[in-house]
Order: sequence, then structure tokens, then C-alpha cells
Amino acid sequence: MIRAHVLICGGTGCTSSGSLDIQAAFAENIEKAGLSEEVKVVQTGCFGLCALGPVVIVYPDGTFYSRVTTDDVKEIVEEHLLKGRIVERLVYNDTGDDNAEKANVNVSLNDTAFYKTQNRVVLRNCGVIDPEDIDEYIAMDGYAALGKVLTEMTPEDVIKCVTDSGLRGRGGGGFPTGRKWSLCAPNKAPQKYVVCNADEGDPGAFMDRSVLEGDPHCLIEAMTIAGYAIGATKGFVYVRAEYPIAVKRLQKAIDQAKEYGLLGKNIFDSGFDFDLEIRLGAGAFVCGEETALMTSIEGNRGEPRPRPPYPAVKGLYNSPTVENNVETFANIPQIILRGAEWFASMGTENSKGTKVFALGGNIEHTGLVEIPMGTTLREIIHEIGGGIPNGKKFKAAQTGGPSGGCIPADLIDTPVDYDNLTAIGCMMGSGGLIVMDEDSCMVDMAKFFLEFTVDESCGKCTPCRVGTKRLLELLDKITMGKGTIEDIDRLEELCNYIKQNSLCGLGQTAPNPVLATLKFFRDEYIAHVVDKKCPAGVCKDLVSFVIDQDKCIGCGMCARNCPADAITKTDYIAPGHKLPSYVIDAEKCVKCGVCMGNCKFKAIEKR
Amino acid sequence: MDMINLKINGIAVSVPKGSTVLEAARVAGVEIPTLCFMKEKNEIGACRICVVEVNEGRGFRIVTACVYPVTEGMEVLTNTEKVQKARKTTLELILSTHDKKCLSCVRSTNCELQKLCLEYGVDEGAFAGFKPVYELDNSTPHLVRDNNKCILCRRCVAACQEQYVGVIGANYRGIDTSIGTPFEVGLSNVPCISCGQCTAVCPTGALVEKDDTDKIWEALNDPDKYVVVQTAPSIRATLGECFGMPVGTNVEGKMVSALRRLGFDKVFDTDFAADLTIVEEANELVERIKNGGVLPMVTSCSPGWVKFCEYYYPDMIDHLSSCKSPQQMAGAVIKTYYAEKAGIDPKKIVSVSVMPCTAKKFEIGREDQSAAGVPDVDIAITTRELSRMIMRAGLNFNALPDEEFDNPLGEDTGAAVIFGATGGVMEAALRTANDWLTGKDNTDIDFTALRGTAGLKQATVNIAGNDIKVAVASGAAAAKVVMDRMKAGNPDGWTFVEIMGCPGGCVNGGGQPIQPQFVRDTVDLKAVRAKALYDQDAAMAIRKSHESPVVKALYSEWYDGFGGHKAHHDLHTSYVARNKYGK
Amino acid sequence: MKTLAELQAIKEKMKNKVVLREGGEAIRVVVGMATCGISAGARPVLNTLVEEVNNSGLASKVTVSQTGCIGLCQYEPIVEIIEAGKEKVTYVKIDAEKAKRIVKEHLDGGKVVTEFTIANQNA
Repeated sequence: MIRAHVLICGGTGCTSSGSLDIQAAFAENIEKAGLSEEVKVVQTGCFGLCALGPVVIVYPDGTFYSRVTTDDVKEIVEEHLLKGRIVERLVYNDTGDDNAEKANVNVSLNDTAFYKTQNRVVLRNCGVIDPEDIDEYIAMDGYAALGKVLTEMTPEDVIKCVTDSGLRGRGGGGFPTGRKWSLCAPNKAPQKYVVCNADEGDPGAFMDRSVLEGDPHCLIEAMTIAGYAIGATKGFVYVRAEYPIAVKRLQKAIDQAKEYGLLGKNIFDSGFDFDLEIRLGAGAFVCGEETALMTSIEGNRGEPRPRPPYPAVKGLYNSPTVENNVETFANIPQIILRGAEWFASMGTENSKGTKVFALGGNIEHTGLVEIPMGTTLREIIHEIGGGIPNGKKFKAAQTGGPSGGCIPADLIDTPVDYDNLTAIGCMMGSGGLIVMDEDSCMVDMAKFFLEFTVDESCGKCTPCRVGTKRLLELLDKITMGKGTIEDIDRLEELCNYIKQNSLCGLGQTAPNPVLATLKFFRDEYIAHVVDKKCPAGVCKDLVSFVIDQDKCIGCGMCARNCPADAITKTDYIAPGHKLPSYVIDAEKCVKCGVCMGNCKFKAIEKR
Repeated sequence: MDMINLKINGIAVSVPKGSTVLEAARVAGVEIPTLCFMKEKNEIGACRICVVEVNEGRGFRIVTACVYPVTEGMEVLTNTEKVQKARKTTLELILSTHDKKCLSCVRSTNCELQKLCLEYGVDEGAFAGFKPVYELDNSTPHLVRDNNKCILCRRCVAACQEQYVGVIGANYRGIDTSIGTPFEVGLSNVPCISCGQCTAVCPTGALVEKDDTDKIWEALNDPDKYVVVQTAPSIRATLGECFGMPVGTNVEGKMVSALRRLGFDKVFDTDFAADLTIVEEANELVERIKNGGVLPMVTSCSPGWVKFCEYYYPDMIDHLSSCKSPQQMAGAVIKTYYAEKAGIDPKKIVSVSVMPCTAKKFEIGREDQSAAGVPDVDIAITTRELSRMIMRAGLNFNALPDEEFDNPLGEDTGAAVIFGATGGVMEAALRTANDWLTGKDNTDIDFTALRGTAGLKQATVNIAGNDIKVAVASGAAAAKVVMDRMKAGNPDGWTFVEIMGCPGGCVNGGGQPIQPQFVRDTVDLKAVRAKALYDQDAAMAIRKSHESPVVKALYSEWYDGFGGHKAHHDLHTSYVARNKYGK
Repeated sequence: MKTLAELQAIKEKMKNKVVLREGGEAIRVVVGMATCGISAGARPVLNTLVEEVNNSGLASKVTVSQTGCIGLCQYEPIVEIIEAGKEKVTYVKIDAEKAKRIVKEHLDGGKVVTEFTIANQNA
């Protein structure tokens, strides 16, 4: 009889830090300890705390081991599984309490600071069930919503339930999901489609991947429900090919669902048929735009199409189509099972439910968090995220990836929901949340995202194809110290032009990082063009490294490590020192900062 | 019909439901500029030049007029400061990746981009920065692609796809996006059928016919050369457009006098060879029917179509009539019959053709097209190239007198004239077949079921008491439909099929005068140009190919009967199965 | 899959298997599994408890887990029943048979098996 489960994260993050080896080591050690009959090893989806991976949880105790290595496995098996003694040194027990020492060693996952304020709806099964076992999903009420829908509800009931829940699209735009479905449902056509957008492409965002990897059946169930609601019998999941684990698990899940008759003909004897196929994306960001995604599924170059006609009328293969992203779908079964009211009880007035964010940047706990809409940025950063490392000050948070804007420090108490973010010129986006500390240059940040969009522009419409490139060139000029104050106006003008004139969402939102930083950090732009300084010391062309001649003891470490041979000995010996000091030739200096890192005497400064 | 009421710049208009803002604006007398838009062919909203401000109750915002549908009560503003500024910025951004070499561009003065830039008073240096530089693709004999002038409107791509060829498309992305062949192998290494439809729709000079006029000037200035020119049936119906005349003006007389003034030693009419084609082809058809040959027989006048068949239906090339095209027959006759009659060494003759077609440039270089041991035709130019020669020569075209073609190869018939329109070859062939098989001089010779611009036309015609089924296709996409039916066992029972490579036939050939897209969207060029030909046919005394005095003379003086050995040697050719993907 | 009953059957079958990953159970059963406990026979006790709890359908409210040395080595195997809002019950010198009774009478029946409690041993 199984008395304990060892859950090992098999998400992409932990897999890349060696969780597969750890899984093998557990199997081996458990076997050796004679515990095979008592302890089950389960590979799960992402737990969310990716920075601390590989992550292992031992149930029923719920002991949360972080940064486990294969060498630790033997100890966990012999101590914890065999003798019941928790391996304290590996336990993650940051409850957020200042007096951490007093915290119970066996802190359960849900008591840690990272998890305790989270509310996992979308991620409820991630890190809990084995995603490759349909039975485990069923055990967690899986397919019960589909059963309910097909045996008790009309398509109109389903759409009403989704509408009443207040669920809005989690892909970025925030369009009400129920309305999207109701716009498609009445359109008559021989074939309609349900499409799942799993072409997650924002830099640093990986919530959809985690759902696909950790709870693929949830998506299948939701899409089948959507198919029933709008009268579609065919669905496509468009996944980026760069998500091999997700693709493999989703395919396995589809196969299992077909085997169980949960996909295919006459599901639950209701007369409703639904079939699902995976389509792989070749890695173009623009294919996350719904019309480009459909064009890509059709086998053409992934480029957006003008709207109207909207996909609800003329979508995939010119047929009525509903397209939602993974996270949106992942809410559906729970909404059906627990009711619209339950869902609507979470969140704010116009943003219901939870939102999953991928926390990244200058923050202690990088990872995935799911919080109710309306949680303040302060809570997300300081409580869940554990604050900014190295005692640095919080400067701004970037949301919405390359389509989004930034929230400056003085708006840190903004409750995060669709409308609040839009109001400050930001956008929810798909949920990337990048935290920046005082050492970040906002012009450089805008440039980073713009470089991304310039690379990812499909090249179809003029404003995005050429306009974004010109925008980037202006930013380049500014960060190189060659900009003028007029360039800032030009920048703004071009931003607004691109926003209003581009064909699709990619172009229309591409200027957002620039516009938002211009709005909140205009002084930084001015510093770059007027003072020719980068206040954060990031823009290489605007910083110089200087050796303080009186602090330099003449050890020569800097000169030996300089890749550009830019540092030479002077004939000046500072008072109290024995050797001549060194000096940096600004002409030769490539501003890599290696000298500064090597100087033990803090004699080199960046100006 | 459901009508939608809206206001364009304050002017109330009522347009059918489903209309676009662009169409509604036309009703109000406003022509909104477009660059990428081609009605029903390229509705992609890519260039963004047609932006307008619309208010549908939630405030004004910018939309693209070309694809945005009108809604009840909509207010549209087409000329606000915001709109003008947006359009100007779009133009300036386009120019920032354009080579701006208008001075030497053949499309200067009929370039849609240039026209808009003038109208909007652009600063062509407004945006400096990275500009991709492209090598020309002049790998084919018929056209040159210059991506340095390309504005990525994709009209060529749409035209190529409309032809079911689709050998060009967008490559790379972002600022590096460029139109090219798959894997950038060059147009000569893909199954391009040389139809030149891409050149006819290009708004700029990024796609132009390969200019062969210098070779003609050289020949004309060479006293040792005897330069003979022939003009295809459709040229007379379109050349006037290059000189500002209305679409559909027949300028046969002025064209002849212009050619004479350019210095051609003889100005012949391809029409005589069209008549020759008919009698040879009709004879071939009869032979095939009698001897159990491959049927249906398909015409081979259109080199674009022939190339399409060779690439896309290589296993069906034996359906093609072995007759050379009229251009090549004319060339063959000029260098054999005429050369002997006039006592000129065929090697001294430079045989020039003026064609509606870019594929003709390819055709002259084909194998098995040298009746006299030298190429039947040496230089093939398009209507557009001829117009440029006339301009360079300083001829005031509109004021030229009307003149007649030279004899003996300048006589034509109504049957030959209508070769230039889709269905014309079939009609001409049926006129001759009907007379031959009934042994009568029939007067009811208008086969109207075969006229019109539809891509695919079918008819059952009664010839001497027998119903025969025929089909007429124009445009390679329609050709594909026909060929697929034939491949499926010819369930329609066609005996004879006419196929032209370009939609509408030669009047809409890839070498015909450029008309800006808004004209192409609002005027049915195919129909109006064709009308000029049918009008001429109706007014002619001789309207049947077999009654052509040239044809009669050729068979009495020169050839040993229809399809005889000599005729077969000079006037027939062979085809090659081509591999779409190279060797 | 044609009926909800089929789905329910799979769910029931699986529920016991995944339920131990859910937090917030009403009752925790902890078996001392240090060296002393194991040598005194804690392992069969633990296994019996897990089995019986599952068999009597208590898995959704009862968690059976192990712990290290409880500190009363002479009384091993020790089983503690911890229930929110109630005093902890400590059973001592348990074997497989006793464990079955604990499940039946205490966990299912709600009555403490006083004869096995530590309090009784002291008496």
C-alpha cells in the first residue's frame, strides 16, 4: 500500500536543472531501501517556484525540498521516507516571517510566503497530479465539468455561465470570454473551430507552458466544453515547437482522452463529437496574434489579417472560430463545476478570478504565481516575490512583455487588474512581470523590448515593418548619447503613429514600452540627450570607468584582466602606497566593467 | 438590397451592405489612395495608406478604408490632419527603404508611389537609417525584379497566386522582409510561367518587363539589317492607353504609322499568322478526330499557358496543338516565304514582334522555333516598350496619321483580330470549321457563348449537324480547372479547348499598358479592351481565317497544303515536360 | 466514456491514491519511524494504518504520515492521532492488530481506544 508520494517537478525549468536525474535517483534509492511498495514517485508539472528548482515535495507531510541534487536523494530516502526524519537542510521554509529560525522546519508548501497568498485555480493541479495519467486528473474532478455540460446543460447555459463568471481573455487583450463565445455561437457554418493559443511568446512568460506541462487534460476538457457551447466539433491547439515537454504531454493527454472516449464521437452519449489536434508553431511571436495564428494553422506564412471580419464570423479556414489562450481555457472547468458566482467572487469589479504571473527580473523568487485579480503590485513583489535582492530599491515593474508598459515605484500600490493597468498606460498582457531595481535604465529597457518587436515584426504592414525599426534607431541614437531633445518628440510622435496605424496587435502595442517609459521616466530620456548621461549607468556609450589615483595601490589586477588592453601604469605613486597607480584609456575602453569587478580596493568607479 | 447610410466628410451616402469605406467614399466623390489593395484579390490591409478616421459611436479612430466595412450611421473623415499626417508618415517610411531612383525608372510618371509622394509633399529623407540593399533578379528573359523599389504591397504575390503559380512570396520578416522566390533561387529556377501579370499590377518599378528596346534601336541603326516588325492583334486595342487615350481605343492606323516612323523596314500584322494558325490548327483537329489522336486538343497560342502546361501538367503536353503561336508563325513566314519573295538573306532580317505578353520574350528563345535555321523572331517587346520607343523618338502619337500595314503580310481578317480576347481563337476556329464541314459560306458566325470575360466558358456548338463540346479558359487558374477535368477523364466531353495564360486573354496580357489599381478596380479592362477588337471584327469584310488573302497565297504559292510537310516543318513545334522543382 | 457513472468510478478508484497530496485533512495519524520505532515494528503498523484508512474510506479526512523519534523509545511503536480542536491522543506499543482497531474505533467510530493510550500505560 502506498503511504507516501514523492512529487518531482517535471516542468521545463526543473527539467533543465536536472529533475529527470533526480527522479531516477529516487527510483533507485527507494528500490534499494525496499520501499517500492510504499512510496510512489510522481513526475508532475510546474510548482511555480522555478528559481529554487529542482523542486521535490514529499506527501503526506507536504515537505517542500528545494534545489535538490542527485546526491541529496539518498539522504531524503533514508532519512525521510524510511525513518520519517525530515532533511532540514533542504527544506524551503521561507514563511516571510522575520524570525525565520522560529519557523517550523516542516513548513508545508501552502504556508510559505511564496504560496500562502496565492490562490491556485488555473494552476490547481500543477505540481499535484501526474500530467501523464488521466486517472489522476479525473480523481481531481477532471472531466466532471464536461460531463455536467454534456448531460445537464444547453450550449446557451454554458455561455451564460462563462459570461456571468466575468472571465476575460488571459492572453493580453482581456476580451470577455463569454461574449466571444456568444458572438460565435449563432453563426451557422458546416464546420466551426475552437482554437487554443498556446504560442506563448513574451520574453520571460511561461504560464501557459506550465499548464500544458502540468495539467494538459484541463485544456482538453475546456476546449471540448467550448466546442459544445459554440457548436464546433474540431479544435486545434497551436503550441510553439520550443515547448517539447508540453507538446509531448498534451499529445499523450489527447491520446488518453480519445481512448477514454472523452474526445471523439458521441462523448458521454450526448451525441456531441469533438476532436482535437496539435499544430506546432515555428517560433514566430506574431503567431500569438489570433489571425496570424489561424493563418499559420492553415499552412501559410504567419501573418495577421485585417479585422473585421472577426474570427467569430470568419476565422480558421474562413469558418466561425473561437480562439482563447491556455490560461483562459484552464479556468473553464472550474467555473462550470463551482459556478459563475464562485469565480466572480474573486477579483475586482471588472476583472474576475485570478491571474498567473511569471515573476522575473530583479526579484528574490523568480517563478510562477497565481493571485486574485486586484492584488497590489507591492504584495506581489515584496510578499510573494520576496522583495528585491541585495537591498536594492524597487524602480519599476514591466508588465505585458513587449506589448506592455511599466509601473513605476510610486504606483506600487496599484491593484493589478485589467482596467487599472490600462488606466496607467500599461497592459496586463499574458502575465510576464519583470521587476527592475534602481540599477535599471528605463531607456535601455524600452530598447530591449523594441529590439524584440523589431525582430518579430512579420513585415506585412508598413508602420510596424519600417516604423518600429526607425523607432529603435532613434532609441539607439539616444542611448549612444547622440540624441537631441527634438528626438524625444519625434520618438513620441512616431510611437503614436505606429500605435494607431499598425495592422495588428503586435504593431499597435509595440511602442508601449517606449510610451510608458516616456510617461514615467522622461527625465531619464532627457538625461541621455541633454546631459549625455545614463543615470543608471547601463548605457555603455554614456558611462566611463575611472581609476581613483589615490585609492589605487598599483596591484595591476585591473590591467591584467582588461580584455582591451586599455589600462596602463602611470608614474604616480599615491601617498601611502608603494607602487605606481594605473589609468584607463577611455578611447580603448570597451566598458565591460571587468576591471571594476577585479579591483579589491574599490578604486575604480563608473561615472 | 440592404442599404447602409453613412456620412463621408459630412456628405450623406447610401451604399449596399457589405461595401467598404473605400467604395462608399467613391460614391461621395472621394478617391481614397491605396497601394496594396486589389479588389477581391489582395484585400490585406498591409500598406496602411488608405487610413481614414471613422466614428461608429465610440469616437473617431483610424481604420483602413480598403477593407473596413461600412456600418449604419458611421461618420467617415478622409482628409483630417491626422489622416494626412499618417499617410505622409507611411509614405516617408516606405521611402526610407526605397532606392528613390525615379529619374531612371521606367515607371516614373505612372508610378503609384511617386504620384502619392507628390500629392502628400513628402520629405524623402525624413527617415534615415538601415535600408536593405537587394541584388536584381534578372535571371529570366522576360522580367526584372528590383526589390530596391519594392514597397511590399504584395500585389504581385496576389497576381501570381491568382494564376495558380505562386512562385513569389514574402521571405524573411520585419525590416528584412522581401518578395522573392522560395529559397531565393531566382525566378529562372522556379516554375514561373512568364505571364508577367506581376509586372502589370506592380505599383512601382520593382517588377518590370526586361527592356529589349536597345537591341531594336541598334538594329534600326544598322544599315546591314533589314528590320521587320509584327504587331499582335491586341496591341491596337491598348497602345493608345500609353498616350492618355481612353481604355478601349483602337489605334491600329496610328500604331502602324508610328512603327514606320521609327524606321522599321516593314510593318506587318501578326494577324495574318493568326489566320494561318487557325487553318493549321483546324486541320490538326480534324486529323486528330479522324485518326484517333489525343483529344481534347488544346490551343498553343499563349506561351504562358504552354509553359504552365509543361510545368504543371507535364504528362498532358500531347493535348497541346503542335501549331506554333501566331508570333512564331509570322516570324517563320517572314524569314522563309517573305525573305525569298523579297530576295533578302534571312540572316540579315531582324524580326521584331510587339506583343501584349512578357512570355513571348521567353517563347522566341524556345527550341524548335527556327524555320529558316535562324530564330523565327529575334526580339519580342511589349506594348509598354513600344510606347517608350515612340516617346523616345519624339513622335506625337495622338497626332499621327492613320496608315496601313505593309503587304503582303499585312492583310488580316476579323477572325484574327479577335485572337486578342479570350474565346477569340475558338470562335475563329469554329468559323473556319463550320464553313469547311458544311461546305458553305456561313453568315451566322458570331459565337457569342464564347465571348465575355469569365475565366471558364463552355459551349456546345453545332457544326454541320454535329454537336461538339468546347471549352475556353483564360488565366492559369481557370486552366488548372480545365486540365483537372481533362485529367479526370474529360467528363464534359470537350473536343477542343482554348486556353490563354492571362485572365481575359491577350488584351489583359502581362505586357499591356499599366493602369493604376483604382482603374483596374473600377474599369473592367478585359471587357473594354476586348470590345475594341470585337467592334473591329464586326466591321470587317473578311471575317474568316480561311478566306484571308495571305493564307490563300501562302498555301497556293508556298506550302504543300494544310499540314503538309513544309507547313509542318515551318509552322509546328514540340513541347517539353518540365520539372517544377528543377532537375 | 458514455456515462457519468464511469467517470465517477475512475474518480473513486483514484481518489485514495491522490488524496494524500491534498492538505487540510481533519485528522493526522503520525507513526514514529525512527530507528527505535522501526526496530520495534513500526513499519507494519504504518502500512496497516495506511491500508485500513483507505479500505474504510477515510482517506479524504485522515492522513497517515511518519515522523522521527517521538522521544519515548520504550513505548515504540507509537502512533499519534492529531485532530484539530482536540487533544492529541498517543497510542503506544502498537502492532498491526491494534492498528486495525484504532482505525475502526477511533478514526471511524470516533471513540478513543483508551486501552492503548499512553495514559493507560502510565496508570
